[in-house]
Amino acid sequence: MKQKLVLVGNGMAGLRMLEHLLKLAPERYEITIFGAEPHPNYNRIMLSSVLAGGADLKEIIINGLDWYEEHRINLFLGHTVKEIDTAARKVISDQGTEAAYDVLVLATGSDPFMLPLPGAEKEGVIAFRNIQDCQTMIETSGKYKKAAVIGGGLLGLEAARGLLHLGMDVSVVHIHPYLMERQLDEAASRMLQRELEAQGMKFLLSKQSEAVLGRGRAKTLAFTDGERVDADLVVMAVGIRPNVELAKRAGLSVNRGVVVNDFMETSKPGIYALGECAEHRGIAYGLVAPLYEQGAVLAKKLADVATEGYAGSVTSTKLKVSGVDVFSAGSFREQEGARVLKFQDEVEGVYKKLVLKDDRLVGAVLFGDTSDGAELFSLMKKGESVAGREKELLLGVSAGTLPKGGGTSRLEACADDEIICGCNGVDKGTIVKSIQEQGCTSVSQIKACTKASGSCGGCKPLVEGLLQIYAGDAAVNVKEGMCGCTTLTRDEIVGEVKRMGLKTIKEVMNVLGWSTEEGCTKCRPALNYYLGMLWPEDYIDEKESRITNERYHANIQKDGTYSVVPRIYGGVTSPAELKKIAEVAEEFEVPMVKFTGGQRLDLLGVKKEDLPKIWEALDMPSGHAYGKTLRTVKTCVGSTFCRFGTQDSIGMGIRLEKEFERLNTPAKVKLAVSGCPRNCAEATIKDFGVVAIDGGWELHVGGNGGVHVRATDLLCVVKTEDEVIEWSSAFLQYYRENANWNERTSTWVERVGLESIKNALESREERLALRDRIRNVLDLTTDPWKQIISEPELRKNFEPLASDSAV
Amino acid sequence: METVKMLVGSVSEIDPKGSRKIKVGNTEVALFRLSDGEILAVENKCPHKGGMLSEGMVCGRTVHCPLHDWRIDLRSGAVQEPDTGCVTTFPVEIDRESGLVFLTVEEG
Repeated sequence: MKQKLVLVGNGMAGLRMLEHLLKLAPERYEITIFGAEPHPNYNRIMLSSVLAGGADLKEIIINGLDWYEEHRINLFLGHTVKEIDTAARKVISDQGTEAAYDVLVLATGSDPFMLPLPGAEKEGVIAFRNIQDCQTMIETSGKYKKAAVIGGGLLGLEAARGLLHLGMDVSVVHIHPYLMERQLDEAASRMLQRELEAQGMKFLLSKQSEAVLGRGRAKTLAFTDGERVDADLVVMAVGIRPNVELAKRAGLSVNRGVVVNDFMETSKPGIYALGECAEHRGIAYGLVAPLYEQGAVLAKKLADVATEGYAGSVTSTKLKVSGVDVFSAGSFREQEGARVLKFQDEVEGVYKKLVLKDDRLVGAVLFGDTSDGAELFSLMKKGESVAGREKELLLGVSAGTLPKGGGTSRLEACADDEIICGCNGVDKGTIVKSIQEQGCTSVSQIKACTKASGSCGGCKPLVEGLLQIYAGDAAVNVKEGMCGCTTLTRDEIVGEVKRMGLKTIKEVMNVLGWSTEEGCTKCRPALNYYLGMLWPEDYIDEKESRITNERYHANIQKDGTYSVVPRIYGGVTSPAELKKIAEVAEEFEVPMVKFTGGQRLDLLGVKKEDLPKIWEALDMPSGHAYGKTLRTVKTCVGSTFCRFGTQDSIGMGIRLEKEFERLNTPAKVKLAVSGCPRNCAEATIKDFGVVAIDGGWELHVGGNGGVHVRATDLLCVVKTEDEVIEWSSAFLQYYRENANWNERTSTWVERVGLESIKNALESREERLALRDRIRNVLDLTTDPWKQIISEPELRKNFEPLASDSAV
Repeated sequence: METVKMLVGSVSEIDPKGSRKIKVGNTEVALFRLSDGEILAVENKCPHKGGMLSEGMVCGRTVHCPLHDWRIDLRSGAVQEPDTGCVTTFPVEIDRESGLVFLTVEEG
């Protein structure tokens, strides 16, 4: 029986933890979630981008309702949990819903702190915390002009920037003499203020709010010094307060937040807390990176996977206001025993400050040029000595002697374990891998693969930089759409289909905004292929979206007749089989019988209506000589008869052909097996060529004997036939999952580079996973000829209509 | 020339986005069923190289010739840009109740 897990809070911390947990132990828990907001889980950090016009409200949903359904999660939206009955181990919502738990996770987040000013209850006084607040701001900006934001911290400035974008006249009220005093020193803060003033923001510093005046609706904000400012909208952004009421009532140990240990355990057994509501070693975090780190620890704990526990986070901050680059991390104040390095350039608007203690970097503030932020943050977390490198760290490469573009070489030089995306803890190595091995060619692809830049988006320039360095031309080439019906590229389409779980061609075209009604002969077959590749079990192949040859399982000729190529494994036939083929050819008066380039027999000039009859008479599997699929495995005689043969190339070829027949691939795939390095089967111009050597097999990939002749690249050398199957399976599946539709392996190998393919297939674990996936697909295929013969509904399409009578 | 209206079958005999052909005298006609259920008929011969349009892919109201991807509007018979030309179209009637399809051709 499954254990019951109840999650209180449907926000980023809780859901991120669940995503981890579902990966580690998908079947372990029956999950129930209570969320007070009426929305599925969304990216709260992006609210400021919604206001600033960069993102749509819909775009910030992280897990849509179908995600919950897919994982069979009971979701109660708009339910606030009012009580935890720790004795009976159940929770009760404000709407009377009860849920029993074995494990309870509190991720109730925090509430905005509302100043208890007289008039704070008036219409037009809001916080900046959720979708509702965003909507209010957007609506208000349509009717009113003046806004005041109380709070000159991170959140307040982001709200103010958003309101400015909405066309409002915005004043930021701050109780301190300078902005963002928790993250910046005065010098950086003054530079920030100047920049924001240039953008149109007004500031009222060292001002304490006293009351909100107005009849029913806010009209004026009054200060203790007697001054006033007009405000139809007052946004309070003075801080957050962990939401601990529920935990307190249940008798859990609570300070500022719900007290947890390194494993996120509260003071009561079976109850855990994480995120902004939790307090760990005296700190309640309000930034996203620590919440994710906590989530990872808790997921492991709940899945019984070993974890060292959570040891706290060193945090860094970036202000998400366009045109302003601010970075701050660690303890940046000039404390005792610390040494400070500063660089100030008021001409270019650049300020840098590093704080060192015992030769270690303990804090940094950057303004204007934050490109070194990630590296500095990583040094800070590692805690290694920076003695002798201080000035280099301060001045960086970009500010010094090197020409512009030095930032790129800096990215290139930085270590693989350097964190690029602080929100999601994605390091450089992971991003580079996604480019080189998974073939990511756009930021959105990398986001889909690694989550880098998926939260606050602050690291997007760095991700773009890495893309430029490691994807090179491929990053530029993808700008063109897949066909005239869409501006999206293959990778974007596949990414979106995956993310949104789109399951039919029609759905893809509707959701992704196709410009044509039903696509064209380029995108329809491509989508049909991608959907079949992504959802092998659910997707029903749409024959109307296949090109003519694949629809009728024969090759159309210029006169409208077709040709028939039956499967002859490895090119090895028998007198009986030849007799049968000869008889069928005579019976149906086949105009021409010819050997193909791939060692098979071709019956040419067959009338369409005769196709099913010929297939029936032949009683052989389809040779698939017409499709984007495995065509043939060409073989030489090998050790069976040949005096030079070192291995059984015929046996190997037959095995490969039986293994991969009927496989759908991006473009046609040809194989060959040669029994010795004389290579009579011409394996080195095939998509996958096998050449026997004494005691093993050479595996070659990416060859082509067609328009652009290309010799193969050597992938590796293996010893056994089983290894040949393992590597060929992995290679073909990796090609299926990554190539563009209609892209032969030769072009694909040149585009992505042999090294990236080698890397992807390097680990045996990966190879076996790829092999399992290709096996799964192959097991779902059936012989198309047999299917058409036996199904009248398919067979009718080969017959002309009969005109019964004139009426 | 004589106009003949003939019964050629029922709607269900043509798959959505599919096609069937029929020989009427010396002319071969291709009947197409669009996604919205409409049935349209044109001469089964691309003006380019005589490709059989019935074997092509139906996208919206156009068919792509299987030989060289020319696009033909099935309602007007006009070849779509960048190519030019047109094919003969034939009137089709569907009896909504029985689902029977009637084709009108001129025989001469």
